[in-house]
Order: sequence, then structure tokens, then C-alpha cells
Amino acid sequence: MMDPETQKNRNYLQQAWLVLLLGFLYGGALAGVHTSLAPRIAENRLQETLNVIPDLVPGAVIQQTEMLSIAGPGGQMERIYRTADAAGQHNGWVLVAAGQGFADRIEILVGLDPQFTTITGVYVLDQKETPGLGDDIRDAEFLDQFRGKSADIPLSVVKMSPSLPGEVQALTGATVSTWAVCDIVNQAIDQWRDPILDQQVSSASGTSSADEIP
Amino acid sequence: MAAASPTALERFLNGIIPENPVYRQLLGMCPVLAVTGAMKPALTMAAATAFVLICANLLISLIRGLLKPHLRILVFTMTIATFVTIADRFLAAYLYDMSKELGPYVPLIIANCLIISRCEICSSKQSVGVAFADGVGMSLGFALALASIATVREILGSGTWFGLTVLPSFWPTWGIMVLPPGAFLVLGLLLGLVEWIGHRRATST
Repeated sequence: MMDPETQKNRNYLQQAWLVLLLGFLYGGALAGVHTSLAPRIAENRLQETLNVIPDLVPGAVIQQTEMLSIAGPGGQMERIYRTADAAGQHNGWVLVAAGQGFADRIEILVGLDPQFTTITGVYVLDQKETPGLGDDIRDAEFLDQFRGKSADIPLSVVKMSPSLPGEVQALTGATVSTWAVCDIVNQAIDQWRDPILDQQVSSASGTSSADEIP
Repeated sequence: MAAASPTALERFLNGIIPENPVYRQLLGMCPVLAVTGAMKPALTMAAATAFVLICANLLISLIRGLLKPHLRILVFTMTIATFVTIADRFLAAYLYDMSKELGPYVPLIIANCLIISRCEICSSKQSVGVAFADGVGMSLGFALALASIATVREILGSGTWFGLTVLPSFWPTWGIMVLPPGAFLVLGLLLGLVEWIGHRRATST
């Protein structure tokens, strides 16, 4: 005679084995798809980034732009772009930043001047916000608000026309998405200001490496 | 014994017009309204939905003997979600711009009732061949519906079809057609038209 506990467990397995098995199989299949497609998706995203860099830092030229890998706060290497104009003169930075939005992760590019004093442009690389409301964060009209804002004052969201520096007008019905974009921009600037400005002083510190842009 | 289940040919033909997912069953209204502003996104959505629907139908039909009644919806959802994720990654890898244009609507195929209803009605009860025919027929019906709405909206709203100019330049493009209200207007008018044709045919015979 089986004890009731074993009987109960056996019963669960009899009921759920197909769900468990399919879970493993589907997980494996998705891992395979991800492994084979991820490099190509990353390549597409890099191309998109390079295409918008001249828009994020006025005067930047892709051929003169360097891609740097710098150790982030977590220790892992992160990618940033050091832009330059046609003459090769350094004219700004483009940061890649991400954070939680209303629906899912939002990935953003932030353009800054060389001294980290002014935001020169913001671009939304990836988002899954509510269609018709939050996904308006991609619109030029919304993103143009960030251009020329001081990088020293953390951005904040207001519902009416902004009156103070650092204020961004919320999208109607999408205050959370607006805050998410502002927070991601604020954090990116906070995170990178010191490492990058320090590095410029001691440029031969060896913690960064420039990659060729394909 | 209940009436015999439809054959593969009947399933296939039913999906196209007599049980058209959009015009007769009113399923999948979210993509029908959201991505039919132009032909290219509409047909990409139709293709992605077809891939998910046919694959899910085949797989569910293969394992139909193992399904437990109270866990079947869970299995359907897991299967659909897996194929949707595969379709989404493929679009991001090979049709990146289209993937960005469709945005969340590709992941939202998971919530398209058309697919789960076919799993429930057909593939969990019938053979693989019938389930395949059903998937192809329903996919064609869905594509036909999306294409018909997108044709009206793109031509009237942008003066183009598949991005090619088809209306003379003096045509004042109806901006409302590519906006959300245009989707509702065109869907409503086409639904009425299909209903009217069906009614006329039924009374004339």
C-alpha cells in the first residue's frame, strides 16, 4: 500500500507530465533559435544605431566615430560611442541605456556633448509600450524635447508645458512611459559621467578598447 | 453519434470564405484594425500568423491523444507562445524594419483568438492532415481579409498599393484612412458588404 503523500505526487506527475515535457522542449527550441539569430539581430541594431548617430550628435560622422567598450558599474563591458566630425575632431558621446518601461524594457540612445553638459539627442531603439499611447515615445515631437536640455539637472516629468529647465512634458495617457524614458536618460548620464570624464584626463589608463566599426 | 467531423477539403475551403476568421467569425480584430494601414505590414502579419497557426495546429494534432481536458488550454497557449516567439525573432533578424514597424503586434499574435480557437475546434480533435488543411485555409482567409482592408486603406489613404503610386497626383489622399478611425470605417463597410453579398446569394437560390 502506497502512503498518501507518494500517491499524491504520482498523481500530479500523471496529470502534468506532458506540460512539463513540452516546457522543456519548447525552452530548448527557443534557446536554439535565440542562439542562432541573436548575432544577426545585434548586427541589425548596431546598424540602426550607426544610422541615427549623426542625428543624435550634430555634425558627427560615422566614419570618424569610435565604438568603445568600457567596464560599467557591474563590471561587465558596455558599449558606448565616441563621435567625431568630418575633420576627426571629437564632438560628443552616444550612450546606450535601458530600463523598465510601462510594458517591457525600453532601450534608448542618448547623445551628449564631449563635456557631458548638454543632451544633444535621444532616440528609442526598442520598446513595447502600449500602442497609441506609450509607443508615442518614439515620435520626433516628443523626443525633440530632450534636445538641448542640461545634462547637469536630472530630468523630471510635468503634465503641463514645462516652465523649469529639466522638465519634460508627459505624453497624454502615458506618464509612466514618459517617466521611464527620463529615468533611463538620468541614470545613463549619472552612470557614465565620471568614468568617461576621468578617462579623458588619463586617456592611457587601459580600461577601454576601441573597436573598428564595420 | 454526432454529425461527422468536416473533412480536410471542407476545413480548407471553410476557412477561406464560408467561415472566414475575420468576416464571418470576427476573430483577430486587434491586428485587423492595427496593421492594415498598408499592404506590406498587413501581409507580413498575415504570414507570421499563418506560420504560428499552421505549426500550432500540426503540433496539437500530433499530441491530441495525450491532452488532459483540464490542461489543454495551457498546452495550447504554451505551444502558440513558442511559435510566436520564433516568428518574432525571425522578423527581427531578417526583416528588421518591418519588425520595428509592427512593434508589439507580432508578440500579440499570442492573444489572437483565431489560433487558440482552431486548436480547440479542429486540431485537438482531428488528424494531422485535417489540422494542416484547416490551418492553411484559415490562414488564407485571414490573409484575404487583412489584404482587402489594407488595399482600401492604402489606396484611399496614401494613393499607393504596396508602396507603388496607383492614384494620380491630384487625388487628395484621405488621411483618416491610415489613422485608426479609418480601420473601423473600412472594416465596418466591408463587413456589411460581405454580409450583403451573402444574403443576396442565399435569397436568390
